[in-house]
Amino acid sequence: MTISAPSPRGHALAFDAARVRKDFPILGQDVRGKPLVYLDSAATTQKPAAVIDALAAYYLTDNANVHRGVHLLSERATEAYEGARRRVQRFLNAAHAHEIVFVRGTTEGINLVAQTYGQTSIGPGDEIVITALEHHSNIVPWQMRCQASGARLRVVPIDDAGEVDLDAYERLLGERTKLVAAAHVSNALGTVVPIETMIALAHRRHIPVLVDGAQAVAHMRVDVRSLDCDFYTFSGHKVFGPTGIGVLYGKTERLEPLPPWQGGGDMIKSVSFERTLYNDLPHRLEAGTPHIAGAIGLGAALDYLEGLDLERVAAYEEALLAYGTAALQAAPDVRLVGTARHKASVLSFVVDGVHAHDVGTILDREGIAVRTGHHCAMPVMTRFGVPATVRASLACYNTRDDIDALVRGLEVVREVFR
Amino acid sequence: MADLRDLYQEVILDHDRAPRNFRTLAHPTRRAEGINPLCGDRVTVEIEVEDAVVRDIAFQGSGCAISKASASMMTASLKGKSLAEVEAAFERFHRMLTASAPPADVESLGKLAAFAGVREFPSRIKCATLPWHALRSALMGTGASVSTE
Repeated sequence: MTISAPSPRGHALAFDAARVRKDFPILGQDVRGKPLVYLDSAATTQKPAAVIDALAAYYLTDNANVHRGVHLLSERATEAYEGARRRVQRFLNAAHAHEIVFVRGTTEGINLVAQTYGQTSIGPGDEIVITALEHHSNIVPWQMRCQASGARLRVVPIDDAGEVDLDAYERLLGERTKLVAAAHVSNALGTVVPIETMIALAHRRHIPVLVDGAQAVAHMRVDVRSLDCDFYTFSGHKVFGPTGIGVLYGKTERLEPLPPWQGGGDMIKSVSFERTLYNDLPHRLEAGTPHIAGAIGLGAALDYLEGLDLERVAAYEEALLAYGTAALQAAPDVRLVGTARHKASVLSFVVDGVHAHDVGTILDREGIAVRTGHHCAMPVMTRFGVPATVRASLACYNTRDDIDALVRGLEVVREVFR
Repeated sequence: MADLRDLYQEVILDHDRAPRNFRTLAHPTRRAEGINPLCGDRVTVEIEVEDAVVRDIAFQGSGCAISKASASMMTASLKGKSLAEVEAAFERFHRMLTASAPPADVESLGKLAAFAGVREFPSRIKCATLPWHALRSALMGTGASVSTE
């Protein structure tokens, strides 16, 4: 299927989602006797053959530990691992490769900053500002930091559409604010947060900003230098890469003063029982043998995504999201939760009189994979007065057929609960 | 659709739409809350026990059709039962959903046998057992919040 959508440059761009689907072997299967309709990419994206092949090739031909062997395989593994770092650097348009720290995922990236920057720079009476949209992983590490240091967590409210209240945000920024931590795109509602404005407002007061980019990177171009964020973190598995690998970007001047995080191999220059000399960035923040294959797989995923052209992906997904929004608005007894003007990927909704779990089970029997529950964003559910929602989330391999299948699945829900 | 009807039987849908004993007790002697952190379902079970007999039992909370119907049918089936009978019902219900082979005496559960089909939906078993675990916590006297995880 092909959807033409206007590009930012005003040209009509054709995006061939049917061809893209063929790159993802898993999508070709039947589940429960029906063709798989995968609408859970906000939980994790599927992997293109290019990523699966890169992982296999690494283990088949190059597997060795990095940064320490004199032998050929170790040289190859090191080159591939550091090549993946440079790949991520280009993807984010970071100034230097050493600004890319490999971590397990977004959660670990946030915890790393909370425990290092938090330890040196956040003290009693200080404040950390987050938004009411955050995933638990961008709430709990800061709560833990507040408990440890006597700092205070301040939360920017959202409105009924799920948009961040920028006036309230500006009022919350003060003398004691030591960090702003905010999602780029809300995982529960799909709101695209005006992060550029938030960063500019924080920087006026010299407050650093960490951006949780987990739900953004698969759907839009992210340029950390244009955003001017201090930290940006994302998970490989939400951008067509493997699980267990993620990225923490930090500006050099932000990473340089961070104390070592985990101690171990690779993060040191020399060790004696009297004194340890720590390694340079980024290795100082990457103790132990890293997820080498994961980093290489992530590099392959970013190659794949850039090959599709992120501008085209964004325009295609925007048109598909609009189609899905209209389809769900037209479906009886369905109420969308999260109707921000600028959204990406996510259709969160409730069905009148039917709990989200029951909707999820019935859709599953139709071969449709959605997420149900609180999406690790319980405060968002509380804000909208619902215990749970059904979340259909899109990626560039989804088509209008998937939306149509969802709408038909919701008819089965009504039939069962008639 | 056929297998969905095994899960969403008429009696279950009926208890979901019109849950029995969905209220609070004036003088509960035991109370416990059960929560399923994966989905946010929560149910509070209150019991009035006198002379080792359940004089009254009720529940509150929010959840899916399976957990709500399970709580409703549990309370309806246990009123007037001795604590020994309650414990036996818990065991039978639990075995019906979690034992490697379904027990032969499912029929002895009466209307509760309607939940036998939940076995085929592994992700939903905890929905059905949540109110029973809350009940058990209340009867054990701990009153502690129980969690499915």
